[in-house]
Amino acid sequence: MAQIQVEGLTKTFQIAKRRAGMLGALAGVVRREHRELVALDAITFEIGQGELIGYVGPNGAGKSTTIKILSGILVPDAGHCEVLGFVPWRERRRYVAAIGVVFGQRTQLWWDLPVVESFDLLRSIYHVDDASYRRTLDEMVSLLDLEPLLDTPVRQLSLGQRMRCDLAASLLHEPSLLFLDEPTIGLDAPSKLAVRDFVKRLNRDRGVTVILTTHDMDDIETLCERVMVIGDGRILQDGSLADLRERVSPERRLIVDLEDPEVTLDAPGARVISREGPRWELAFDPRVVSPAQLITQVASRHAVRDLFVENPPIEEVITEIYDHGGLAS
Amino acid sequence: MRGSTLYRRMVAVSIRAQMQYRASFLLLSLGQAGVTVIEFFGIWALFDRFGRLPDWTLAEVAVFYGVVNVAFSFSDAVSRGFDLFGQDVRQGDFDRVLVRPRSSLLQVAGSRFAIHRIGRLIQGAVVLAVGLSQVESQMGPVEGLLLVFAIAGGAALFLGLVVLQATLAFWSTETLELMNTMTYGGVQTAQYPIAIYREAFRRFFTFVVPLACVAYFPVVAVLGRPDPLGSPFWFQCVAPLAGFAFLFASFGVWQIGVRHYTSTGS
Ligand SMILES: Nc1ncnc2c1ncn2[C@@H]1O[C@H](COP(=O)(O)OP(=O)(O)O)[C@@H](O)[C@H]1O
Ligand SMILES: [Mg+2]
Repeated sequence: MAQIQVEGLTKTFQIAKRRAGMLGALAGVVRREHRELVALDAITFEIGQGELIGYVGPNGAGKSTTIKILSGILVPDAGHCEVLGFVPWRERRRYVAAIGVVFGQRTQLWWDLPVVESFDLLRSIYHVDDASYRRTLDEMVSLLDLEPLLDTPVRQLSLGQRMRCDLAASLLHEPSLLFLDEPTIGLDAPSKLAVRDFVKRLNRDRGVTVILTTHDMDDIETLCERVMVIGDGRILQDGSLADLRERVSPERRLIVDLEDPEVTLDAPGARVISREGPRWELAFDPRVVSPAQLITQVASRHAVRDLFVENPPIEEVITEIYDHGGLAS
Repeated sequence: MRGSTLYRRMVAVSIRAQMQYRASFLLLSLGQAGVTVIEFFGIWALFDRFGRLPDWTLAEVAVFYGVVNVAFSFSDAVSRGFDLFGQDVRQGDFDRVLVRPRSSLLQVAGSRFAIHRIGRLIQGAVVLAVGLSQVESQMGPVEGLLLVFAIAGGAALFLGLVVLQATLAFWSTETLELMNTMTYGGVQTAQYPIAIYREAFRRFFTFVVPLACVAYFPVVAVLGRPDPLGSPFWFQCVAPLAGFAFLFASFGVWQIGVRHYTSTGS
């Protein structure tokens, strides 16, 4: 049976038009002008036990709003939603005891407390008994390498360290469902790897259902079998990563730094997208010319200082879905 | 862990966190002490004036003042989290409260604790004690109990006001400071025997924001004197219940507010 059922979920924000000055603020108390912003426009999906879902989309697409409704923070305007048999915002306290939530942008820990004391306070909040607390904590400490961080006040942690602690904190009560909103945002490469590795294990070894929002395609490629793409408050695509690839053009990018800024690059089979001094950005279709072929050809014709291959950024993938996906709207 | 135990732990955490910024903690305490001293002079000046109120002796006015201020200081110490609640809402920090399986009111109350506000408690208690020692009526166990009941009802009422005020932040975070000023103004007004005010005022403080029910009526009973407003003795004894009813009602309004919480876009 589905662990999460969402049907026609809609959320509109009222954006108050602020007026300037003290008098304006007073006038705003009496009567206000509002602008409506549809953050979620009737989204529908189902998620089963043990899935690891990537929820992707550009900034402002509605990812966080979805997570906030699913975790009982926001009440939607319309639609139905049932998670673990609860309507999140109606039975909030009983419901949130069974889930874990991490917001990449904002810590769940107490800013001024050493990490271990935050954990201990959470243990009280979630009524975790001593034995299971100790067991879970030990496990988290070894999996996330937290030993050296436990006595540090949260405010002194680096972003990557803080994220590892936040992950541990969200799991102390052993939830079967975990929401991660942008867990890799702003992290350096090693921290990203640590987070991904941990999430993967959590899902595989413990069967925890994970819903992870991101706008980093690498998160998705290394972690998720199923990807939901959201844009402008609508689910544009819901399926496997392979499906997503198929729908968008397979184009890849080759970025080349030449030794000589004056030379014009000659690269058969590739299209020049931009040029900035010695740096050239090329697009190519790997079905027509393989990356290896292309690189060999470029290197044989020019003195190359550096080159690397990239996937198009997620924003472009979304645009692609919009433009060519035959989105009924 | 029960709610009260959790609250105590959260308060301990908040106090320890404040201690980390030792300099600012010391400054705050010093500042509060300074304010308290200045307020003493204010009271003295006011009493000098109101002491000559017809019908009321200076000692009696001191008892009203003491009860209201002791009650207010209790709610003030625990309500720091609500005072700054507008900020939590604006910054979306209330998200964190909602994803935890505990009462949101309890968590907000426990999030901050203002130890330095204890100064007001001492000030109110001193005025109350001095007033009681100077009034003519005898203090027995019944009067003592009634005083405690009045102070508890008063603390509940003030807490209810604070909760209502914080609830406004769910709709508009700009009005919070304005409301704050109004609450303090209300306290100032209600710490004198309400019989000296006009009818409309008295009704407001009896039926809308029942400050009179937690201060004026029970204190009249404690003083053992007839009420110029003519309320019966039994009513004076049960009146402080209105404070608890008010607090309870404010909890209901809070729950409605929570459903209107919109968090923040990032
Ligand atoms: N609390 C809020 N008040 C007003 N607008 C909001 C609020 N939260 C989100 N929004 C708006 O709703 C849209 C979706 O936001 P969000 O769900 O945070 O997007 P994402 O997480 O995908 O970047 C954005 O246009 C954002 O500005
Ligand atoms: Mg977001």
